[in-house]
Amino acid sequence: MNKNILLLIAGLCLCLSSCRKDEEIFPPEVIPVAPPDTVGANNHSPLRGFYLLNEGNMGSNKSTLDYYDYATKEYSRNIFAFANPTVPKELGDVGNDLQIYGSKLYAVINCSNKIEVMDKYTAKRLGQINIPNCRYIRFHEGYAYVTSYAGPVEINPDYEQKGYVAKVDTATFQVLDRCIVGFQPDELEIVGRKIYVANSGGYMVPNYESTVSVIDIPSFTETKRIEVAINLHHLRADKRGTLWVSSRGDYYDVPSRLYWIDTQTDTYGGELPVAVSEMTLDGDSLYLYSTEFSYNAMDWTITFGIVDVAKKQIVTRNFIADGEEKKISMPYGIMVNPITKDIYITDAANYVYPGALICFDRHGKKKWQVQTGDIPAHFALLWE
Amino acid sequence: MFSTRTFCASILLSLPALSLAQTDSTQHLQEVTVSGDRYREVIPSQRLSGEQLEALSSFSVADAIRYFSGVQIKDYGGIGGLKTVDIRSMGTNHLGVFYDGIEIGNAQNGTVDLGKFSLDFIDEISLYNGQKSEIFQSAKDFGSAGTVYLRTRRPKFTKNKKTNFISYFRTGSFDLVNPSVLWEQKLGKGGKFSAPTASLNVEYIYSSGKYKFRHTVRNSDGSVANDTTAVRKNGDIHALRLEGGFNGFIEQGKWHIKGYFYDSEKGLPGAIVSNVWKNSQRQWDRNAFVQGSFQKQLFKNYDFLANVKYSNDFMHYLNPDTTLMYINSKFSQQEIYISTANKYAILPTWDLNFSADYIWNTLDANLYNFVYPTRSTALAALATAFEWRRFKVQASILGTFVFENVRKPNAYKPDDKSEYTPAIFLSYKPFKRRDFNLRTFYKRIFRMPTFNDLYYTEIGNIKLRPEFTTQYNLGFQYNLPVGAKYFSFLQIRADAYYNEVIDKIVATPKGGSGGGSLYRWQMENLGYVEIRGVDVSAQMGWKLPADIHINTSLNYTYQKAQNFTAPKNEWEKQWYGGQINYIPHHSGSAIVNTAWKSWDLNYSFIYVGERYHNSANIRANYEQPWYTHDLTVGKSFDIRNSIFLKNGISKIKISAEINNIFNQQYDVVLNYPMPGRNYKIILKIDI
Repeated sequence: MNKNILLLIAGLCLCLSSCRKDEEIFPPEVIPVAPPDTVGANNHSPLRGFYLLNEGNMGSNKSTLDYYDYATKEYSRNIFAFANPTVPKELGDVGNDLQIYGSKLYAVINCSNKIEVMDKYTAKRLGQINIPNCRYIRFHEGYAYVTSYAGPVEINPDYEQKGYVAKVDTATFQVLDRCIVGFQPDELEIVGRKIYVANSGGYMVPNYESTVSVIDIPSFTETKRIEVAINLHHLRADKRGTLWVSSRGDYYDVPSRLYWIDTQTDTYGGELPVAVSEMTLDGDSLYLYSTEFSYNAMDWTITFGIVDVAKKQIVTRNFIADGEEKKISMPYGIMVNPITKDIYITDAANYVYPGALICFDRHGKKKWQVQTGDIPAHFALLWE
Repeated sequence: MFSTRTFCASILLSLPALSLAQTDSTQHLQEVTVSGDRYREVIPSQRLSGEQLEALSSFSVADAIRYFSGVQIKDYGGIGGLKTVDIRSMGTNHLGVFYDGIEIGNAQNGTVDLGKFSLDFIDEISLYNGQKSEIFQSAKDFGSAGTVYLRTRRPKFTKNKKTNFISYFRTGSFDLVNPSVLWEQKLGKGGKFSAPTASLNVEYIYSSGKYKFRHTVRNSDGSVANDTTAVRKNGDIHALRLEGGFNGFIEQGKWHIKGYFYDSEKGLPGAIVSNVWKNSQRQWDRNAFVQGSFQKQLFKNYDFLANVKYSNDFMHYLNPDTTLMYINSKFSQQEIYISTANKYAILPTWDLNFSADYIWNTLDANLYNFVYPTRSTALAALATAFEWRRFKVQASILGTFVFENVRKPNAYKPDDKSEYTPAIFLSYKPFKRRDFNLRTFYKRIFRMPTFNDLYYTEIGNIKLRPEFTTQYNLGFQYNLPVGAKYFSFLQIRADAYYNEVIDKIVATPKGGSGGGSLYRWQMENLGYVEIRGVDVSAQMGWKLPADIHINTSLNYTYQKAQNFTAPKNEWEKQWYGGQINYIPHHSGSAIVNTAWKSWDLNYSFIYVGERYHNSANIRANYEQPWYTHDLTVGKSFDIRNSIFLKNGISKIKISAEINNIFNQQYDVVLNYPMPGRNYKIILKIDI
């Protein structure tokens, strides 16, 4: 009897030992989000689709790239690994920006200290640009300009480190030059022959930065600092040359706000009483949302809105019409289809669960929702 | 207390346990004198001790605890890597760790890194679910959902011997250099009781922490997509441990005083992510404590126990990486602990105990906007144990009263808290002639939010409530009659349990956007977890011809640990009820220890089944199972010498270990690659 028990236990242990398999690269998960267009399917749209970059939590190495195809109405989740099986450790850790320039797709991967350069149609890797702690990327006349937190170190008791803008050749992927700006520079925008950089000072708490740096492109030097507000983040230039600047605030007494700068005179223009976490410009409409947290109130509020950049006025404080915005746990990215005016908002959930992409029509009515990677955030539209 | 009855009962109870392995009878006798009365243990612990413990190729306490059932280890890899223990999926913060009878506290983050505790001169590790089945203990002993007791070696001397000198030297993979010496001295002659003893142990650890790891990914047709071999870097450690104390026996009692000092500098190897194969963060730890314990039967039927401790811990974290946010944080903690326990035996089979503890904690840090908290905790426990026929019952109620204070002017402080938590343990022996025991317990207990949970700049939340656990357990233990010729013992135990973790403290995001280090989190009492599990274990002893002794131990754990945190919306309901992060459904271990004359061979196996690193149980969050096979061979030599005793016998033992024999390349924690096959040679000299 005793022996039987022993055998039983030994057997049990063996049965349960399901084994390791080889780690495998899976094809992307393709999810049809709506039936393919029947009405108007023949109307050829120059917009093929868009890419969505999921940030992934720091240390998780789970930044992934998704693609939505307007023709097939299919959402493909995690396309990079399958398109680039030879790249070890895939796309990387914490995607922070995604842009298309020319024939190439650029993904700025913050904690992997690199920019993945891909073919814009196939997402096949063309090369890699190494820039430590890289944040955002923009382009001008064949060059890419990238903000980085990791400038030269100033050895003093407080240990300070300014950021810089790197000038990168988009043909060779080589960093050609660096222009030192403020502390922890975030988004940048190019207007004419000038680069504007939002300095945040995010590592300097409580001594945040409060300026936008202006860089003259021909000489690639910082020519001016425009005083705006503390902890600046995003920049968007409208077609009139007005530069819209968002600030994060300090999460205590200074709230997040939207400001504008006149790029003709490079002077501070004014402020709108609206908090901004992320924004996207479509024509004269600046769509924005905010998830603002206050340590004083120990609470946070989610708001949406549209600003008319021509009138410099808040047009609406809610562009979602059917109440679905209340079902978004944590809005984290926003994009508007310039043709259909459909609005896309990502939901980062609790940062740990997979995120979601929600599509609203131009009237703010929800069309569909699809599961994304972790912390879906940055869009890039793919044109013909 | 040291009556013959206790004595025999202890021997009987320890018989089936692993501790029996090849200890000679004289040693055993002395062992028993100090092991306290276990005769009333309602639910015995899982235990590893003596040579069985030594034979396991384990470097730290965490490595050894992996062999218990119901336990999951988070191991970040390497000699200096963080190793934390999670018992029955309730979370590391719910495990109490006691070192020679007094809890090791960490008010800052509530977690004890068991990788830091070396196994040198640890005589016994025991693990209790619920609490130790002995009511004569401090109030703190009642205060965790599960408890690990580490008992260091108490000096023991063979006849006429006054001095012991034992030393270890370990070396092998990872450039390990690890010498350790123990000096034990008998002080005086001793009269009625053995004389007081003094001991001093010094250990030094160096390791470069370097090891090769390989990451291979295949295409769906099986061809290699990419294959990288790299060296784990920045995992070096330099650590010094000094430990010493005095032990003594008095009329109907005993006492000990000990001092502990640990000082280390180590690299934090960090996560391996795309384009980052090396990290440069460093950490310095300095832990020091002094503790004393006094126990005596003051009057007939009345036993008294007092414990005191002062500890001082310092931690320094540095991120010197110029591409990242520069962080240079220093934390220092202090704790004062005073405890008394009073046991009164109303009847020979009915005891009553009252314990009262006081703990004072403080934390200083060089963080911006830090509030400098102090916490006073008063604990009072009332417990009773009685036996009635073949029933044993233990019931206790613990009152916890917490008073927080912050030294930063105008800063808010949390409300004072008072909680009353009960526990009841029952065992029943249904058959007179069979050593078969049914047991069950219920316990409700909580953990306080840690100082980090409450006050860490920008993350902390002073509104946090305690995180509660409720445990229900039903099981049995059966010591089979040892009839067969070659059988020396066979014990089977099995427990089924249901646990709830209520108001689980979890980090939740708080808006903003930014990426990288700029995510904003906040601690909240949001989580709710239900755990359904089964632990099964069997211990067997074989006595084969030709003087071959075999001890085996098999453990298996099944756990369904589901996240039932209220979803925030319809969409998130799809993740409702998912298995929580890093908890496998199936896990187990096996140990086979063979001894033949002066040789011994130990084989151990660990299996951790598939897991998800996130309670959204999808393919993208899947973690592979892992399993390692370890082997140790040892040979001892007896050498006659007269160093400490005329014609004394000294023992020299040489052991060789191969760990992870099949060179499995695995991660316990996502992006923290573990070592492949590695080796160690150990020389032990016992003069």
